[in-house]
Amino acid sequence: MELSPQDKALIAAIEDGLPLVSHPYEAVGNMIGLSEIEVIDRLENLIAIGVVSRFGVVVNHRQVGYRANAMVVWDIPDDCVADAGRCLAELSYVSLSYQRPRRLPDWPYNLFCMIHGREQGAVESLIEDAAKIAKLADVPRAVLFSGRQFKQRGAKYSSAKVTEQSHA
Amino acid sequence: MLDVDRQIINAFQGGFPICERPFAVAAEKIGLSEEALIARLNQLLEDQMMSRFGPMYNSEKMGGAVTLAAIAVPEPLFDEVTKIVNGFGQVAHNYQRDHKLNMWFVVAAEDPSEIARVIGEIEMATGLDVFDMPKTEEFFLEMKVSV
Repeated sequence: MELSPQDKALIAAIEDGLPLVSHPYEAVGNMIGLSEIEVIDRLENLIAIGVVSRFGVVVNHRQVGYRANAMVVWDIPDDCVADAGRCLAELSYVSLSYQRPRRLPDWPYNLFCMIHGREQGAVESLIEDAAKIAKLADVPRAVLFSGRQFKQRGAKYSSAKVTEQSHA
Repeated sequence: MLDVDRQIINAFQGGFPICERPFAVAAEKIGLSEEALIARLNQLLEDQMMSRFGPMYNSEKMGGAVTLAAIAVPEPLFDEVTKIVNGFGQVAHNYQRDHKLNMWFVVAAEDPSEIARVIGEIEMATGLDVFDMPKTEEFFLEMKVSV
């Protein structure tokens, strides 16, 4: 999709956050030469077309107590991976379920999901639950808890910031 | 955490109003004044409970590209490699994880060719293989947390 220069300017203007003032869209408009109503219309459109996937509080998971975050990866036969991926996605504590390519021989896993929790033990039992429910108990898997966090912010590139908190 | 902060975080991880005075409209939903909501949001930022208040973009819908990449970094080189990798503006969310592939990060760029270029440059600069694992199918992504 080709975004207009005004849309790109808007995306860049609010990528670090909305001004926390009474008329934030007017303030943003002043930064990029658009009226308040134009900003509102464009933003509504960006949400409608999915360029803005969410708008609001971007939580710092660790700081609010979600300190244990596990990337759980599975090696599932290709013809079963979609069913398994959808099944995991149904679980309230699974925040992401993606298929990705294997990188053999080092990396045999093709389904990735994220499970966040307050502490490691709790997350480990959720993983056991998930494996049972999705009938993946006998499927090879690995659990990669995150340790040190080096860069939490979204990537910046010339026109916009992308945040894939999915792997936080 | 204060109850009011809990309420704010649980209520506004999405669906923030797009109108002339959005904070006033949002505040009313949870029984606060506009000023009080703005003050709490500033405090949440300052306390780093919230990394920002604003949009989450879908890079693919913008015509951009994103991938998940990993490197098996020998432990003695970890800090040095971290510095190199994080030096790239296209890199986000770099985490150490407990696996032979122990460094995991997201690369987001304008298009797939820029991703390939950045990954090549990281390989050159570190002398290590970068495993590029772009999403091939998305079954679910929903990052709301309750506090």
